[in-house]
Amino acid sequence: MSASVVYALAFYLASAIFIIGVVRKIVQYAKIPAPLKIPTMPAPTTQAGVVVRMFTEVVLFNSLFKSNKWIWIFGWMFHFALLLAVFRHLRYVIPADSFLMPLIGHEIVQAFGKYAGFAMLAGLGGLFARRIFVDRVRYISSPSDYAMLLLIMGIAGTGLMMSFVEHTDIVMLKEFMLGLLIFNIQPLPSDTNLLVHLGLVIALMIIFPISKLLHAPGVFFSPTRNQVDNARTKRHLAPWAAELEADRKAGE
Amino acid sequence: MADFETPELQEYSVVPKLEKGTMAGSAPFIAKPQFQEPLGYPGELVDNWEEKVITKMDDLRGKYRGFQVFLDSCVKCGACTDKCHYYLGTKDPKNMPVARQDLLRKVYRRYSTFAGKFFGALGIPGFVGAADLNKEVLDDWYSYFHQCSQCRRCSVYCPYGIDTAEISMAAREIMATVGVGQKYCNQIIAKAQTIGNNLGLPQPALLDTLEGLEEEVEEDTGVAVKFPLDQKGCDILLITPSADFFAEPHVDGLMGYAKVFHESGISWTMSSSASEAANFGMFIGSYETMRTLSLRIREAALELGVKRIIFGECGHAWRVAYSFLNTLAGPWDFLDQNYPIPQHICEFTNDMIEKDELKFDKSANDHMTLTFHDSCNVARGSRMGDKPGGQMDIPRAVIKAVCNNYVDMPNDTIGEATFCCGGGGGLLTDDLMELRVKGAQPRMEAYKSTVDNSGVTNLVAICAICKSQFTKVLPYYGFGMTDILSLHQLVSDAIILTGSEDDTSEDSDTNESE
Repeated sequence: MSASVVYALAFYLASAIFIIGVVRKIVQYAKIPAPLKIPTMPAPTTQAGVVVRMFTEVVLFNSLFKSNKWIWIFGWMFHFALLLAVFRHLRYVIPADSFLMPLIGHEIVQAFGKYAGFAMLAGLGGLFARRIFVDRVRYISSPSDYAMLLLIMGIAGTGLMMSFVEHTDIVMLKEFMLGLLIFNIQPLPSDTNLLVHLGLVIALMIIFPISKLLHAPGVFFSPTRNQVDNARTKRHLAPWAAELEADRKAGE
Repeated sequence: MADFETPELQEYSVVPKLEKGTMAGSAPFIAKPQFQEPLGYPGELVDNWEEKVITKMDDLRGKYRGFQVFLDSCVKCGACTDKCHYYLGTKDPKNMPVARQDLLRKVYRRYSTFAGKFFGALGIPGFVGAADLNKEVLDDWYSYFHQCSQCRRCSVYCPYGIDTAEISMAAREIMATVGVGQKYCNQIIAKAQTIGNNLGLPQPALLDTLEGLEEEVEEDTGVAVKFPLDQKGCDILLITPSADFFAEPHVDGLMGYAKVFHESGISWTMSSSASEAANFGMFIGSYETMRTLSLRIREAALELGVKRIIFGECGHAWRVAYSFLNTLAGPWDFLDQNYPIPQHICEFTNDMIEKDELKFDKSANDHMTLTFHDSCNVARGSRMGDKPGGQMDIPRAVIKAVCNNYVDMPNDTIGEATFCCGGGGGLLTDDLMELRVKGAQPRMEAYKSTVDNSGVTNLVAICAICKSQFTKVLPYYGFGMTDILSLHQLVSDAIILTGSEDDTSEDSDTNESE
C-alpha cells in the first residue's frame, strides 16, 4: 500500500473518530440535566448577559486573565494563532471556485496565517516552560500534558518548515485533499515534513475526543458560566428532581 | 495553643513553594453507624466499595452536568493553583484546586474513559493522569475533600469555570454512599431533621432564650422589642442560623434584626420546627437531604400562614436559599409576590434605610473602624437586590448607613475574590483545628494589612460560620476574639428605637444616613 492510501485511510478513520467522538460528548453534555443553579456570581441576570459572558470567556479568556497574566498571554496567543492558521489552511481543502476562496485566499489572511505559526510555537513554548519551571504546574502535569504540547509544537514546527524552509508540492497536496472529499484517493507528496505534519494532525484528531481537549466543547456547557442568575424568579427543576416531587404533592 | 504552628502573616501575600504531605494527616472524624443510617447511608465501609464508588460516580455524572463537564474539561493550566486559601495556608500541593479534583478525576479517567482504560491495560495509567482506586486513594479523598470549604474561589479563575465545590460535594456523597460519612455534618443534619435546628434546641429552650433577649433589649433601650416564636398570621417568617440564638457575636445580630422589624412595624415570627437557616445537605453533596431540610421551611411557612420569608446572616444558608430554595421547596405561589422570595435580612434592612424608615445614631459605632468580610457563598453563590454584585454592595451600604468609619480590605481579597474564613463547607469542627487556623491565613493577612495601614479595629461578617470561625482563629494570629462582629450588631447599636431614651423624635438631626 502506498503512503497516499495509508494517509487517506488514516484521515477517514481520524475524521470519523473525531466527529463521532465529539458529537457523542456534546450530546452527552446536552442530555445531562443541571439540577441546580450554580453560576459563579456575580452572574448576568439575562440570557443576553450570558452571551456576553461566554463571549468574553471564549474569545478573550476573561477568567484566565483575572487569574494569571502569563498563562493568559501564552494560552491566548496559542489559541488565536491556531485559529488564524486553521483559517489559512482552508485554502487546501476548498475548491478554487468556492465563494470562500477570495476571502481565504486573500493575501492578508494568508500572511497572518503563515506567521501565526511562530506565535503558536511561542505560546506553546511558554506553556511548556511553565510546566517545567513552576513547581505547582509541574506537580499537576502528567506525561500526556507534556506530550500534547509537544504534539502541537510538532505540527506548528513542521508547518513552518514547509512555509519557510522546504516547500511541499502544494498543488499536489490540494489534489489529494480535494480527492479525499469525494473518496477519490490521489497521490500525496512524499516529503518528510508533510508526512510528519499530517501524521501529527491525524493523531491530534484521534486524541481530541478522549482527552482534555474536550475543554473546547466543555466550556460552552459549563453551568458556572452559561447559567442565568434568576433562581429566585424562575423555578428550575431537573427531570430526575421532579420525580422526587411526587411524594410532596400527596403530603401537602 | 496547639500542636501545630500558626502561619506567620506577611506584609505581602506570597505564593508558597510546595511542601508535600503537610496536611495528609488532617481528616475529620468518620461518622459512626448511628449518624450514617438515619440519612440512608451504610454504617461502615461496605465490602465491595470499589465497585460501589464507580457506580455512584457514574450515577452522579448522569445527574449533574457540571460534574461531568468539569471532569472532562480541565487542561491542567495551573490558573487555580494559587487561589485556594487552604493551599496558601498549608502549602500542601493536594490543596491546590486542580490537584484536589485530580484525586477524583484520576479514578474517573482510569475506569470511565478510553484513555484511562487503554493506558491502564498497558500498565501505565499515570501517563494520562489516571490511577487505580484503592484504600489509599479513598483515604486521600476523605482527607482532602474535607479540606475544601466549597467556597468557589477557584471557579472564578478557571477558564472553564470548573468549580471544585461541585467535585468535593460529589466526592463526599460518593464516600457517604459507601459508608464513609463525616461525623460533624451527619450528626448535625439528624438534629436539624428531628428537632428543627443544628444545635438541637427544642421549642421550650428557644422560648426561654428569646424571652431572655426581650428582657435584655428592654433593659437596654426601654422599648419592648418582641422576639416572636411560632406565631400564626405574621407577615414575615425569619429563618436564621441557630447560632444566632446564643453564640457571640451572632446573638447581637439577632437583636439587630428584631429591632429593625420592630421599627418597620411589620409583624414577624420565627419557627421552632424550622429554626435553622443553614442547610448542611449542601456540605455532604446530597440533593435529597438539602431538599428535606428545605421542605421544613415550606411547611413552617404554610403552617404559620406568613406572607414573606427572610433569612438571617448565614453564608452557605443564603446560597441554598437564594439559588436553590425555589427549586427544592418551591413554587412559593402562596407568598406575597411583591417581595423577593426568599429575601435576605440585609436586603430588608437596606430597603428600610432607603425608604428612610429607620433612624440611626452613627456615632454609637464611632469607637470602631470597620471592614467587611465578604462571605464566600454569599459573594460567589448568591445575590442580593436586583443587580449583579448587590451581594457585595448592599451589606456595605447598610454598614455605611450605621457607622462612620469604614475601610475595605485589599481588592484581591474581597468581592468575588474574597477568601473563605477557613471554616466553611462543613469543616467548622474542632477535629480540623489545624486546617481551620491555616486556612484562615489569607483572610488574616488581608485583615492585618487594614489594621496596620488604616487603623481598622473590627471585622464584620454576615455568616454564622465566619463568625464562629473568626472567634476561634483570630487569637491564633494575635487579634482579639471579639474583633468579629455581626453586621446587624452594628445596626442594633446605632438604631434609635421609637420611644427610647435616645429618641429625639421630630428633631431628626441624628439621622445622617447618606
